[in-house]
Amino acid sequence: MQTLSLSNPSIGRLSLFDWIYAVLLWAGALYAFNAYGAYMDSYEKTFLFGFAAGFSVLGWYWKPLRTLIITIAAVSLFAINDYHGDLGRAQHAFFLKFMLASQSAIMWMSTLFVLATLTYWLALATRSTFAGQVASGLTWSATAMGLIGLIVRWYESYLISPDVGHIPISNLYEVFVLFSIITALLYLYYEQRYQNRLLGAFVLPIITAAVGFLLWYTFDRQAENIQPLVPALQSYWMKLHVPANFIGYGSFSLAAMVAVAWLMVNRGILATRLPPLEVLDDLMYKSIAVGFGFFTIATILGAMWAAEAWGGYWSWDPKETWALIVWLNYAAWLHIRLVKGLRGAFLAWWAVVGLFVTIFAFLGVNMFLSGLHSYGTL
Amino acid sequence: MSPFYTSKIATNMSQRTVSRSFYELLSSMRFAISLFTILAIASVVGTVLKQNQPYTDYIIKFGQFWFVAFKALGLFDVYHTGWFIVILAFLVLSTSLCIWRNWPAMLRDMRSYRESATEQSLRHFHHQAEFPAHANSVSQLRTYLTTQGWKYREDTRADGILLAAKRGSANRLGYLLTHSAIVLICIGGLVDGNLPLQFQEAIGTKKIETRDIPASEVPPISRLSANNLSFRGDVTIPEGSSADIIFINSGDGYLVQELPFRIALDKFFIEHYTTGQPKSFASNITILDKSTGKPLLHHTIKVNHPLVYDGVAIYQASFGDGGTRLRLNGWNVLNSNNQPFPFGGVVHERSSLASDNLPLTVEFTEFHPFNIEGSGDAKPQAAHLGGNAVADNKDLHNVGPSFEYKIRAADGTAHAYNNYMLPVQIDKRWFVVSGMRSSPAEPYRYVRFPLDPDATLTGFMSLRAVLMNPTLYPEIAQRVTNVIMPDNPTARAQLTDSTIKVLTLFGQGGFKALSDFIEQRVPADQRDRAAETYLKILEMCAWQAWGMARSDAHLSPPVANEASGWFLRDSLNAISDLFFYGSPVYLQLSAFDQVQSSGFQLTRSPGKNIVYFGSFLLVLGVFAMFFIHERRLWLLVRPDRILCTMSGNRLTLDFENEFRQRCQDIARIGKES
Ligand code: HEM
Repeated sequence: MQTLSLSNPSIGRLSLFDWIYAVLLWAGALYAFNAYGAYMDSYEKTFLFGFAAGFSVLGWYWKPLRTLIITIAAVSLFAINDYHGDLGRAQHAFFLKFMLASQSAIMWMSTLFVLATLTYWLALATRSTFAGQVASGLTWSATAMGLIGLIVRWYESYLISPDVGHIPISNLYEVFVLFSIITALLYLYYEQRYQNRLLGAFVLPIITAAVGFLLWYTFDRQAENIQPLVPALQSYWMKLHVPANFIGYGSFSLAAMVAVAWLMVNRGILATRLPPLEVLDDLMYKSIAVGFGFFTIATILGAMWAAEAWGGYWSWDPKETWALIVWLNYAAWLHIRLVKGLRGAFLAWWAVVGLFVTIFAFLGVNMFLSGLHSYGTL
Repeated sequence: MSPFYTSKIATNMSQRTVSRSFYELLSSMRFAISLFTILAIASVVGTVLKQNQPYTDYIIKFGQFWFVAFKALGLFDVYHTGWFIVILAFLVLSTSLCIWRNWPAMLRDMRSYRESATEQSLRHFHHQAEFPAHANSVSQLRTYLTTQGWKYREDTRADGILLAAKRGSANRLGYLLTHSAIVLICIGGLVDGNLPLQFQEAIGTKKIETRDIPASEVPPISRLSANNLSFRGDVTIPEGSSADIIFINSGDGYLVQELPFRIALDKFFIEHYTTGQPKSFASNITILDKSTGKPLLHHTIKVNHPLVYDGVAIYQASFGDGGTRLRLNGWNVLNSNNQPFPFGGVVHERSSLASDNLPLTVEFTEFHPFNIEGSGDAKPQAAHLGGNAVADNKDLHNVGPSFEYKIRAADGTAHAYNNYMLPVQIDKRWFVVSGMRSSPAEPYRYVRFPLDPDATLTGFMSLRAVLMNPTLYPEIAQRVTNVIMPDNPTARAQLTDSTIKVLTLFGQGGFKALSDFIEQRVPADQRDRAAETYLKILEMCAWQAWGMARSDAHLSPPVANEASGWFLRDSLNAISDLFFYGSPVYLQLSAFDQVQSSGFQLTRSPGKNIVYFGSFLLVLGVFAMFFIHERRLWLLVRPDRILCTMSGNRLTLDFENEFRQRCQDIARIGKES
């Protein structure tokens, strides 16, 4: 068997940078608590400190996250400060207008993701390590711009009016940005862990597809406008349900794209350039496992939210039902693999089909079926 | 041994093998996966076909034949049909049997260290390696295992010591948690489902009510007692009223569920964002003691903030009009009457009206205290690329109250109307608008009544009355002739005649009558000119008529300016449109006394806690299975050699990685002394 190197992330011994990072996170949380604690409910306070604690540990575990978080924090603070409390400055202040106002940042994110995709293809075609590094860098930058865009958008919503302000994960436009970012982060994690840059050529296209949708949605439907939350969406469950769902969707997409790579390598296509089958298989399994875990949580949170908003934790609403179908699909996949021990082309094809089921649950339901999920009708 | 005895054993055995293989089938993976697939497909059906719609909708959509077939299959309420419940029951059964079959072995496995493994069996493992050892190896390996977080047992052998170590046994617990959770969740869901109700309907002790009758008259066979274990239903309560029952929809009818208390709606209110969109829907309610009527609790419920009282959760589900009282001015629009008559009504009720001795029924259907409307202009494209991502609501504004009603003639035909209370500005002029449609599928078409320079409707109405009064036509015609003053008497007489003709045509059918006339009587090449002339005459008539109307009302003569010109033109358009208005009266809203209503959903769901507990176990279980890896390590230490074998229940790359790492560590320990 070929020896495979797998960089094993672990918290291990903490460096000076680790400590500086954690101290910065906590200092930020304390500052926010001091300045805005009076406006927060206990849920928000828990979340604030939970975030500091959670991301300290995550950053220690996966080191590049530290730089990412410090960068986006610094740039976002700069952008927020540059507003001087006046939304109108998005139209004429130089940095806001061309880079950091949410809509500009998200356009940058879109552009960078498309460039990253092209560069990964170039790297795959030429086997150039340098092109691979550039592609990674572009993906990181795109992710950072997307996150900055969302954070600034969050602030902008409060500038419209304090009662309008809300976390930007409340409509299809915003969750498409979230989807792109989460899928990219999951990919970057595995890229580092498996030390292989070429898979990006497979994973980034799905992000580019999401970006394409985002652009169409922006230009055709003026979807980028910040709208206040309708009463049904004003729930803290939303803030947990939606991100958990998108970790699930992101992971399933990643798994499907890796499955495509698996199928190609299995036929000898690009076999010398892509990672060996075992690595792809391992990645596909892990990705589906992570996705399944988060999707389970998301569905349960959705049920709890429904119990509060609609009066029943399960109403067989089309969106709920399709979530169940997606869940059953991956439960079956996992059983076949773990219990029957099956591997190979069948599971890879199934992972690809799973993506279509997932996309239908995510978009198709909104387009073709009606139901209680008012959120993001197309 | 008698033949009889043998055969008995044989039957016994075959029975045992049948039930045994049945048990094996039900608890098998293959069966579980088939169930997943069937359940998924069955669920899809219910999402493609809209569930629980009125039966008439389905008949229209599918026709009688398919309606009957689909109804027999339960496709209009898939998730509550017997066959769907049976699939779920099999899932529970299969999962339970699977747990039953696996748990003893799993628990044994979790506890056991397998310290009795023989060297021979260890040599069968795929992951193994051998390293040199020295005298201190055993104690160093013990320290190594402990510091690395392994638990181990020792077994002393003739030729050495076996250190049997394991980690991550909780992975097995994950299996038990996950699968028990599924069973729990399904049971919880079953408790909250309507199975008992369906059963009672099937054996005939309860019956669905399909008549539209007051709740108090619903017979006991369609009523459910307040002790009912679980229910989910709705009720609409107007402000100032109360209810102690709710309605449970079932099939093409409903059942009445008694509540253990009474709810009164004190007030329903909507809060708005500063940008105008609704921010919250809330109801101030009072819970009253059912028998004494004593208030027990005042509370405000909102969307996402239900109230749980006495085990019953009360949700804000919808809102509507609870019987707003409307004060109206009725205008006869097709005769020469120029005075309004007082009229009134209550939303959701009907009033009768006689116009020109025709009996009409007015059914008041809706009242909206405000209407937010926008001009719908698109934003410039450049904004997409950057800069502001802000809701651009500058073009949204409130156009004030409106109400909807239907006017039904004696023969049953009806037209629906949507009238706004306040004038709206269109093209810089002010109008009062009234929308009409003859079927709900159409959009409203609006008649615009222009406001006179005093900003009232009176000017238009009295002008209209004059133009629809044939006895005044000669005088109007005379005045028009006097203004134009043609040279010879014949021409004058001709002009007067044609003016009367124009007025008569217009007064009976508006512009349509005029154009029909032209089409019939005038050669094609002269039609445009004729139309122009008639229009000119009509405008002059309108001017004179307006003067007459004003002098009748003791008002100063009209001033000739651009505003007056527009007023006359808009008036003529409105009058012409009135011939297609479908009703001889226009109802103008003068005042209202708003009464709202709130729709509540009430549920009692004791299974919810079971479901939540099950969900909690599910999450714990799934994460335990995925993220805790079970691994075993056997170190058979002989004086000179260490045999190292490793096994795990997930042979992933991480496992390979760890095995390599362990081998390196152990090789190092073997070398050191
Ligand atoms: C609705 C029903 C079921 C659901 C949702 C479900 C879910 C799961 C999940 C999520 C896993 C985790 C896979 C992993 O370890 O990564 C699993 C594993 C497993 N399931 Fe199920 N399961 C169900 C029914 C069954 C049934 C009926 C059987 C009986 C054969 C079964 C047997 C197993 C076994 C043997 C494992 C592997 C345990 C291990 O290797 O650690 N499951 N199941």
